[in-house]
Amino acid sequence: MAFRVTVNGETREIDAPGDMPLLWALRNELGMVGTKFGCGIGMCGACTVHIDGQATRSCSMPLSAVADKDVSTVEALGESPVGQALQQAWLEDDVMQCGYCQAGQLMNATALLNNNPDPTDSEIDAAMQGNICRCACYKRIHAAIARVARDEETANA
Amino acid sequence: MPDTVQLSRRTLLKASAVAGGGFALAATFPVAARANAVSGPQDLNAFITIHPDNTVTIVGKNPEIGQGIKTMLPMLVAEELDADWDSVSVQQADTNAAKYGPQLAGGSFATPMNWIPMRQAGAAARSMLIAAAAQRWGVDAAGLATEPGRVVQPGTRRSATFGELASDAALMEVPDPAGLTLKDQADFRIIGRAIGGVDSPKVVRGEPIFGVDTQLEGMVYAAFERSPVFGAKLKSANLDAAKSQPGVIDAFTVAASPQVELVEGVAVIASNWWLANKARSALEPQWDNGQWASHSTAGYAEAARNAWATGNSDEVFSEKGDVDAAFASADKVLEAEYSYPFLAHVAMEPMNCTALMHEDGTMEMWAPSQTPQGGQQAVAGYLGLEPSQVTVHITRMGGGFGRRLNNDYMVQVAAIAKEMPGTPVQLIWSREDDVRSDYYRPAGWHKLRAALDADGKITGWADHFVTFDLGDGPFNPAAMPAQEFPAKYVDNLKFEQTKLETAVPMGALRAPTSNALAFVMQSFLDEVAHATGKDLPALMLELTDGVAPEPPTQGFVGPQPGFSAPRLQAVTRKVMDMSNWGQPVADGHALGFGFYFSHMGYFAEVVEASLDDRNNPLVHNVWAAGDVGSQIINPFGALNQVEGSIIDGIGQAIQLAVEIEGGAAKQSNFHNYPLPRMPMTPQIHVEWVLSDNAPTGLGEPALPPVIPALTNALFALTGKRVRSLPIDKSLFA
Ligand code: FES
Ligand code: FES
Repeated sequence: MAFRVTVNGETREIDAPGDMPLLWALRNELGMVGTKFGCGIGMCGACTVHIDGQATRSCSMPLSAVADKDVSTVEALGESPVGQALQQAWLEDDVMQCGYCQAGQLMNATALLNNNPDPTDSEIDAAMQGNICRCACYKRIHAAIARVARDEETANA
Repeated sequence: MPDTVQLSRRTLLKASAVAGGGFALAATFPVAARANAVSGPQDLNAFITIHPDNTVTIVGKNPEIGQGIKTMLPMLVAEELDADWDSVSVQQADTNAAKYGPQLAGGSFATPMNWIPMRQAGAAARSMLIAAAAQRWGVDAAGLATEPGRVVQPGTRRSATFGELASDAALMEVPDPAGLTLKDQADFRIIGRAIGGVDSPKVVRGEPIFGVDTQLEGMVYAAFERSPVFGAKLKSANLDAAKSQPGVIDAFTVAASPQVELVEGVAVIASNWWLANKARSALEPQWDNGQWASHSTAGYAEAARNAWATGNSDEVFSEKGDVDAAFASADKVLEAEYSYPFLAHVAMEPMNCTALMHEDGTMEMWAPSQTPQGGQQAVAGYLGLEPSQVTVHITRMGGGFGRRLNNDYMVQVAAIAKEMPGTPVQLIWSREDDVRSDYYRPAGWHKLRAALDADGKITGWADHFVTFDLGDGPFNPAAMPAQEFPAKYVDNLKFEQTKLETAVPMGALRAPTSNALAFVMQSFLDEVAHATGKDLPALMLELTDGVAPEPPTQGFVGPQPGFSAPRLQAVTRKVMDMSNWGQPVADGHALGFGFYFSHMGYFAEVVEASLDDRNNPLVHNVWAAGDVGSQIINPFGALNQVEGSIIDGIGQAIQLAVEIEGGAAKQSNFHNYPLPRMPMTPQIHVEWVLSDNAPTGLGEPALPPVIPALTNALFALTGKRVRSLPIDKSLFA
């Protein structure tokens, strides 16, 4: 069956079973491999995308449920100001080790700051605890998010 | 000009011009004694290329698993070349043992092995650029110097960029190694600078750089069904049922080939991996489990208790003095049973590999492997090809932690791809496959005894270790060193072992053997310290007081510096200082100490811990003092490794175990193998003790000591001794 999904602003036809997770439609049908497979059961956050602006685990979201919705992925992250600021902070703070989880971390962090531009430390912890980093770069991920939040606030003051 | 010059003992250099006015220096690096590599130079390609536009390309020869090697090795080259780091780009090498020597991500070996050869290659290129400038300006080369990216004549305004000199430099004589002087540490401009990962910009943009991101024209996807019970044989599977599932292209059985780690099973091929994986459920495979389905962690633990009860072991592997007499005459005897579980690696990127069997019978692979040369050989052997007929592209990896030292998934995809020549196939394991088909950190059981005299001195030290029989490979992750600390510092010693039979695959997990033995030995030494009215750092200092550094030993990849008691003492004192050891801490908190020497690195760590209202351990602060030689090459990468190792170790101590039940791993995914998450992250304070030793690696040595530091802190807090991992919180009830 063919589904029509808007991915990063572009309408795409995907001919696949409706129960196929969005993750595998993105990766293997559309060849958009920035979104990562980590667990397939919604436990790690590597596959995080935004659906209508909300951070969502694409491994657990069937294709049929995202028809006519707006999906945005890490490939388009740099187009949003918050996403871009986080990408920049990630590089300046040398956040990553292997980097495999980082697309999901960045997508989740962007959704966090979009919803809550000035999170407390425990709000950052709570919002990010669904994203596993096997390399355990948590200290730097946390610090980079907090710094972007601070800088944005200063910029808006 | 002589076109090749032997640089160090085995490093060869060769210069050549590059079309358009560039200069390329090829290098062939030392082949370690252990590597099964062809010796001698062949097909020398550029290692360093200086382009006319003054940009520089340096080849990153080792696999990148997140340890930062693709940034760090080129930093060494660029330093001695005196390149401007901003104009350097790094290109990942393919697998070629003859050209690059060992291309290995493991054992924290890359730093010590490459510290000199990489710098020599850069220094050689620099000296040729200087020679070119001297010739152009008609001056003596000795009077010239370099600034980043250019040759200058101090005191004049003469200056030329490397790019401007490149075509001339290609004609210069390749320098004699004896004439090459490496920079003084004080003159480093790149080494020692915090430099971000060279691939990081691509990572944050989601560009396809990991193994599993490989995409080839006409590629199909494979999932693999194997028995959950280790050692089982396939009786039957319903291939037709799988083939009739949506998107499925084919399904076929794959025969075992144990010498290359290939297990029996069924490959399912589809146009989309999720479809291939889903179709596995239609296979309804039947397995012959043989004797193995009765194996379990609980059974192994019972075997250990039986071995201790009878006192019979298979062999004594380390002995000195008269241990029986020492115990008979002891003032006090301590005895304790310690154990630790199997652990999985769970690299974030599940195991995968992409392969294309060309129509001419050669193989091409895109492999996320820590030992791509080993994989190349295994695949070649399996297919009856020469290694040179198996092209292995090294991809970035989403973590390794030792799992990707085994190349079973490379052979597995080769076995699948050979059935479909001309079609590229990407094999991906589900997380469940990954957790249940690992090469686990071996579980182990120790019965320790210490004899103390009236002064509290250790007069006898004994361990009956129950482990697994893993054969006689070059590296045994279930072995305990005969000299395990404090073996050398006690007069009467006996280490004996009982080896259990098993089909559970085991391998190296980050800081192999050390990640378990640090817990056992530093905990039991903490018991000794408490029994004699001391604390553990004081005992460690006392045991090693006045002991001189040992001479170098022959290690896995060549000579390694021997254990140095003064370095132990320095990091121990440093961390005591950093953590205000011995001073009061917050109410309901306590400190614990751990030291371990592994992978040539010395780490002393202190943990500040408490228990929450449900007796879950909380770690608030970790102080770490590390000595990995004279120089921290990239402080960014170095700190990241230490922080990651510490959190990794805390996770292992608090909540990780793979249990074998019914011959299979009970755990399967992150719900029952719960890796640490952000809220568990403590404050981590790291300081370096610089010592007059060549730099060594940081992928591993910071992990082992944090585990006993945590359990020793919990003892200080509760008086309850953790003797089994992961920590059982009912101990504190
Ligand atoms: S892959 Fe989706 S949450 Fe892990
Ligand atoms: S950086 Fe490796 S998993 Fe996060």
